[in-house]
Amino acid sequence: MSFLLSCPFCGPRPVDEYAYFGEVTRRPKGSPSLRELAEYVYFRDNVAGVQREWWQHRTGCGEWFLAERDTRTNEVLEVSVPQPERGRGVRPVGSDPRRADPTAGGGEP
Amino acid sequence: MRLPPQPRERIDRSSRVLFTFDGKAAGGYPGDTIGSALFASGQRIFSRSFKYHRPRGLLCCSGHCPNCMMTVDGVPNVRVCVEPVRAGAVVEPQNVWGSLDRDLLAVTDKLGGPFTPVGFYYRTMIRPRRLWPLYEKVLRNLAGLGRVREDANGHRRYDVEHRRARVLVIGGGSAGRTASLAAAILGPGVVLVDEGTHLAGLELEGVEVLAPARALGIWEGNLVPVDAGDVLYRFRAERVVVAAGALDQPLVFPGNDLVGVMLPSAVRRLVRDFSIRPGSRAVVLAADERDLEIADELREVGVVVSRAVNLTDVPLAEIEAHGRGGKVRALTLEGHTVDCDLVVASAGRQPAYSLLAQAGGRVEYDPAHGVFVPIELPAGVEAVGSVTGEGCTTASPIREANGKGRHDKSFVCVCEDVTTKDVARAIAEGFDSLELAKRYTTVTMGPCQGKLCQLASTRLYARTTGIGEGAVGTTTARPPWAPVELGLLAGRHFEPARRTSLHFRHEEAGATMMWAGPWKRPYAYGEHPEVEVRAVHESLGVIDVSTLGKLLVEGPEAAALLERLYPNRFTDLAPGRIRYGVLTSDAGRIMDDGTVARLADDLYYVTTTSTGADSVTAWFEWWNAVWGYEAEIVNVTGALAAVNLAGPRSREALQGLTEEDVSAEAFRYLDAREIDVAGVPCLALRIGFVGELGYELHFPSPVGEHLWDRLVAAGARPFGLEPQRILRLEKGHVIVGQDTDSESSLLSSGMSWLPKMDKDDFVGRHALEHLAEREERERLCGFTMEDGTVPAEGAQVVIEGAPAGRVTSARRSEAVGAVIGLAWLPPDRAEPGTRFEIRVDRLLVGARVADGAFFDPSGERMRA
Repeated sequence: MSFLLSCPFCGPRPVDEYAYFGEVTRRPKGSPSLRELAEYVYFRDNVAGVQREWWQHRTGCGEWFLAERDTRTNEVLEVSVPQPERGRGVRPVGSDPRRADPTAGGGEP
Repeated sequence: MRLPPQPRERIDRSSRVLFTFDGKAAGGYPGDTIGSALFASGQRIFSRSFKYHRPRGLLCCSGHCPNCMMTVDGVPNVRVCVEPVRAGAVVEPQNVWGSLDRDLLAVTDKLGGPFTPVGFYYRTMIRPRRLWPLYEKVLRNLAGLGRVREDANGHRRYDVEHRRARVLVIGGGSAGRTASLAAAILGPGVVLVDEGTHLAGLELEGVEVLAPARALGIWEGNLVPVDAGDVLYRFRAERVVVAAGALDQPLVFPGNDLVGVMLPSAVRRLVRDFSIRPGSRAVVLAADERDLEIADELREVGVVVSRAVNLTDVPLAEIEAHGRGGKVRALTLEGHTVDCDLVVASAGRQPAYSLLAQAGGRVEYDPAHGVFVPIELPAGVEAVGSVTGEGCTTASPIREANGKGRHDKSFVCVCEDVTTKDVARAIAEGFDSLELAKRYTTVTMGPCQGKLCQLASTRLYARTTGIGEGAVGTTTARPPWAPVELGLLAGRHFEPARRTSLHFRHEEAGATMMWAGPWKRPYAYGEHPEVEVRAVHESLGVIDVSTLGKLLVEGPEAAALLERLYPNRFTDLAPGRIRYGVLTSDAGRIMDDGTVARLADDLYYVTTTSTGADSVTAWFEWWNAVWGYEAEIVNVTGALAAVNLAGPRSREALQGLTEEDVSAEAFRYLDAREIDVAGVPCLALRIGFVGELGYELHFPSPVGEHLWDRLVAAGARPFGLEPQRILRLEKGHVIVGQDTDSESSLLSSGMSWLPKMDKDDFVGRHALEHLAEREERERLCGFTMEDGTVPAEGAQVVIEGAPAGRVTSARRSEAVGAVIGLAWLPPDRAEPGTRFEIRVDRLLVGARVADGAFFDPSGERMRA
């Protein structure tokens, strides 16, 4: 593993600067059955193909982000800043807030 | 042997470089390699072969084959044909039992029979099975090439340097140079790497030349490690241009490994670079016109060339070399024998595609030219020059002996001593793919990594099986391209340690320092940790706890965030108050613990275990990336030092250093206050860390020594980790990671009181609900030994003769007057007073389950 991964905040950096936190899972709501809970805690899809996964720029800016990576080739198709459940989240440095916020207008300045 | 000075020679005849070879004086000219200097002085046998211990001499003279590997200044397997002469170097032959000229193990070459074919030791030496350890010892002693001298490289320093390049060109031949110059016109950042010592001084406009340096491979993201001797450059290149050229391929015929059989490249190098006449009577077997010209070049320097054949035009089916003492003396070509002491034999040139193949390129057989060529290259990687197959052709490399009778061996692979017979045998035994045959015969697995044997083994395989070369294919090319010193891959030996701001105070006080995760911490300040324990119980002690993880969680929703991260409740924690908190995963397992102090409505100060600081920070930040609470998490672990002042005199000592009122009424148990101590602004947490009245002071690291000195002057005795463990064990405190593991839950660890199941969602909640319903499997309990034996951590708990649990902590406690500990026990054996046994060495020693804390169970002392 020596591919380059693009941090949404810092740009392309060697993958060893990052911590990998596995594929994006869906945490069960309410009162999950033991089966549902076990699936969330222990089971992974482990796809041979494009996977959405968590990364942290551990020795860089420290931010968490999402990447879509082809597990067969390590090609990273897209990186994105997570949209938290409660709406509030960090934005990449230098990004245009109007583009990150779909409710704000996107017209010419 | 040296010719008169030649116009293009690379040696400087004005001085001599002296070294020793095999214990005798030897010498050469500056510009010589050790190999050329030895050859010029008449040395012909350079090594003994891997298996048969046959004499071997210079073959490729380019640093690819194993024939000239020697030990130089204690470094084994140095290819002396490319190693420059150094004054005073100590050069020794290797893989020799006796001497280069008389090797005792050469008998294996004559023995034959069951002792030498491929895989013989798997077949021959398996019976009787009990003797295998003996066989193995003998075989291991015989196998392998040079010996590593354990003390040899202690003085060498290897470094790793990370570099970037816009264009990295591998190979400094004409194609590589042209590519470099063309790239340099477009801008800076062009680096050319070449193995050759002779390119060391090369200057190219706008190009950085690294030579001698070797690209070891092309990894993902165009990461190219370059071996430059004592430095490993880790290049990241936008584009990699491979101009690795092509390699002369040996011709395979009986006696093809005799000393004096050489590749054209070797002969050219000896004549042109070092002005050496490589022999007196020669035969030239070439695969193309270019190599046939060698005949004329040899004649020019006075060599008698008896025959020169272009095998493409005259495909001689039968070739056999005859030797005496391992050196070639005659060559038979289809029945005609000619005397010679030099055979220049080549099956042609094969592109050196290995780097491209292991980068992910595809290699295909080109039947028209008889070579494997790279056809598809990964993005960002290009190939130029002969490596693309340009100008490369080969003749069939395999030739038979003339007629029946006993003939010498035909070597497909000189590195591993694999003969045509071995390959034929492997095929006959059913190793029907090249990859399998490779593993069985070890062909292509030697020091040349297939550079000189891949083509011949594929062609031989194709011929024997009748499958085409294209279908046989090649074996997988893997990095590194050439052998590399392990020291270079390991880099310089670093053992980074984190030190607290009080580190030197501990050393001055005579502390024994120990590793605690990445930290160095005092084990104890002398031989007797129990004395330090006594000081804490009876008077006053101080311990450096700067290694604790320290996080600030701040924001309008800080309380809500912590409420959801912890099973505990934190919304109802009043500002200025502290609560013990344990983090669990969604699997319900204990991850970390520490104290949580609410400093203000929207500000919490969280401590974690010493090893948990980074992972807890990442854990908090990750969950908040999922949830998005309005709260910031700041890791202040390094910024703040911390000490725990503990013992009955701690209040009195603290009061002496601060103007604030720290009386029992003004500063209650589990209060958090910001106070000045000895002029230093501190966050003071009144907690029962070691079970005595105590205050944990957190303050800026830079003034650590000042505050420490004042506390010690006030009578506090420094205590280390070992006394701390005894003190905490006396209180029955669980150490996360020591007493718990990845299976431990709050319910099994005696903390079922902690999770607040009437809260909303929190991490681990659902798992705790399910765990509560499940039958309990084991429980963490305190125990007291019946005698004074201290069981080891991990010792087995035995109940009715069967293993039933394990000890996680055990220490002798003066205050309790017994050996105490914590152990995982079956729940039906966890009732206080129940007797069980612990295995200590071979004995079973009795112990009884304890009830609550061992010392001061009501906690009066810490609440005083």
